[in-house]
Amino acid sequence: MLIESVAALRARQAELSELWAGLERRVLVCAGTGCVAGGALEVHAALTQATEESALDVSLELSSCADRDGPGGTLLVESGCHGFCELGPLVHILPDDILYTRVRPKDAAAIVEKTLGAGEVIDRLLYKDPVSKEPRQGHGEMGFYAHQKRVVLARCGEVSPASLDSYLATGGFCALATALDTLTPEEVLREVEQSGLRGRGGGGFSTGRKWRSALRAREARPDSRLHVICNGDEGDPGAFMDRSIMEGDPFAVLEGMALGAFALGSTRGYIYVRHEYPLAVRRLERAIAVLRDAGLLGERILGCDFSFDLELTRGGGAFVCGESSALMRSIEGKPGEPRAKYTHSTDRGLFDEPTVLNNVETWALVPYIVDHGAAHFAAIGTERSPGTKAFSLVGKVNNTGLVEVPMGTTLRRIIFEIGGGIQKGRAFKAVQTGGPSGGCLPAEKLDLPVDFDTLTAAGSMMGSGGMIVMDERTCMVDVAKYFIDFLMGESCGKCVPCREGLGQLSSLLAQVTRGEGSESLLSKVESLAETMELASLCALGRSAPNPVLSTLAYFRDEYLQHIEKQRCPAGVCKALVTYRITEACTGCEACRKACPVGAITGEKKVLHVIDDALCTRCGACEAVCAFDAVLVE
Amino acid sequence: MNHDFSELEGILARYPKAPASLVMLLQDIQEAYNYLPCEALQQVADELKVPHSQVFSVATFYKVFSLTPKGRTIVRVCKGTACHVRGAQLITDECERLLGLRPGETADDLEFTLEVVNCVGACAMAPVVVVGEKYHGAVKPNRVRKVLGVKRC
Repeated sequence: MLIESVAALRARQAELSELWAGLERRVLVCAGTGCVAGGALEVHAALTQATEESALDVSLELSSCADRDGPGGTLLVESGCHGFCELGPLVHILPDDILYTRVRPKDAAAIVEKTLGAGEVIDRLLYKDPVSKEPRQGHGEMGFYAHQKRVVLARCGEVSPASLDSYLATGGFCALATALDTLTPEEVLREVEQSGLRGRGGGGFSTGRKWRSALRAREARPDSRLHVICNGDEGDPGAFMDRSIMEGDPFAVLEGMALGAFALGSTRGYIYVRHEYPLAVRRLERAIAVLRDAGLLGERILGCDFSFDLELTRGGGAFVCGESSALMRSIEGKPGEPRAKYTHSTDRGLFDEPTVLNNVETWALVPYIVDHGAAHFAAIGTERSPGTKAFSLVGKVNNTGLVEVPMGTTLRRIIFEIGGGIQKGRAFKAVQTGGPSGGCLPAEKLDLPVDFDTLTAAGSMMGSGGMIVMDERTCMVDVAKYFIDFLMGESCGKCVPCREGLGQLSSLLAQVTRGEGSESLLSKVESLAETMELASLCALGRSAPNPVLSTLAYFRDEYLQHIEKQRCPAGVCKALVTYRITEACTGCEACRKACPVGAITGEKKVLHVIDDALCTRCGACEAVCAFDAVLVE
Repeated sequence: MNHDFSELEGILARYPKAPASLVMLLQDIQEAYNYLPCEALQQVADELKVPHSQVFSVATFYKVFSLTPKGRTIVRVCKGTACHVRGAQLITDECERLLGLRPGETADDLEFTLEVVNCVGACAMAPVVVVGEKYHGAVKPNRVRKVLGVKRC
């Protein structure tokens, strides 16, 4: 449906907001990648069928609620990621605030009959507190949600990402409407500058300043065009905030880009999404098509003198393309090799023209800032890092998933209050932030506030927001080697320090994991790391040694144990560990059956034995043992 | 390998005939044929008027492209950090053993290709194995055989 003017948009927003407010109930089936993998689409289909067979007044789209006589009714939709991926598929019922976890299609009939029909809560589907084992009814009773502040994720899990109507009903495009009829481009730009917003992709560079320099560069070259780009090449392993935003609230990203284009006088935008995120690609492509039909993208948007369109480019599976200059080469159809930083992309970026490239989360925050004002945004978080930040909290933590907190929240609060502590009651060892360019922080750093500058000072970095929690069963040498090997595979090979340095670092660390070498090997590692930091061409190479340096700084003893005592205290490095069955064994035969190479012998109710010569250290026995009788040391 | 290249015309028509379309075009060709046939690369170079060397350089830079045919089922073991700390290496080893393939290799009968990928962004379900289009979460070494649906060893 074409919306022809700002006034028409506002009228439509008002109409939809009223429908939204009149809804008696909303049933949200999480359709993020995690829950879809767990069968969320089948759950949605089963719920749809069960409601059709019931006498309940249920609609699948917001607009169809308008057809009925009175207000009210229930809206049943597939929503974006609710964030609590660990226990998916999730079904959230509002305003009752009932969260059902691990829902199966066969539960649909009970949910419709008991909860939607009779208002009863089904206890067995509720989340159980990991410590007290008590059931928790909804977000309000769960530490995971209660300690969060959702700004950029506010709509993820609340609305259907496919529905422009829901986006409009929840304040979507208010910012663009205000910009088009009451603000000048300069005022929008100043709002972003004054908000103090810093880029959420990792570097933490001031967004306002970036926009301003691109604008100046363009004014200096009147014949050039200015491009806006959204970097959706979320390559940091262990991070999926951007994926969830693109999948859960695609319109917010696109509205943010349109606002940026308005402020900067750009008519052309690009959104670059990694091909490993097929669902994000599909949802964004659809959202772009919907906006074109509605007249919110394209020529003369809302009948105003502002034209802007954008195209989606899929990445090709290269981590280095997350680097801005490499990403631009990739959009140009070339290999994604970065270039030296003395030329800024704001000056000469895509097609050698002024370019503003921001991360998904950054763009998605722009409508919020324009809507609520710079001062409101700046009041959240800390003085130098205003606003909130989304993190993917994963690894050995009880509640894994997507979280958003004000900047300045401590690591302890995120990991223990929101994350619910470490799995299996084990001890916390380290938290890795900042992806392959970041570092590992030990327990004594848990009370650090999380913001751009504090994390950098501690030897890690904010990065895009991956937060990987490690426990006593994680080997820090192995983690360092993991990141180095990761980067070795991803180095584009253009400059020597990065290409050769990573290869050498990897082989030195491999020696440590085999218990070889001496302490002088560690000083070799350090001097190599220093050279790479100084001499590499782009940020990938310059920051590559961070995981090694931070683990050496905080966990040097663990390196020394490998080298001097040929011991891996965490029981990870295969060359240094043996698997043994302890007296706790009940002789249940589970491990004997699970062992893929037949290395375990033993009869029922008799202590089992592992033949070390045959054992491949695959871990199958430990995984199946219900009595913790398999000892890895 | 002989192909029917009639589909290629359709793919070429999807994008403007400009060098900037190169990566997108190759992605669609990869999707259609499961690899980049040499004949297709030549035709792309001619149509877009870019040097063959540049097409080759792009085709070998990005991981998504393959110059040899991939298997009908692609097994992707995620090796993101979250999967790594939850034991992805053990899962990779078990996949290698069961399929008799090293990461990046394709079986002679073109049934399977084994790949180790950086991060599929499903970190909360770690460790993750994607078989074809289906995501499997919280995979343990002893479940790999079932996840892959293989009998052979």
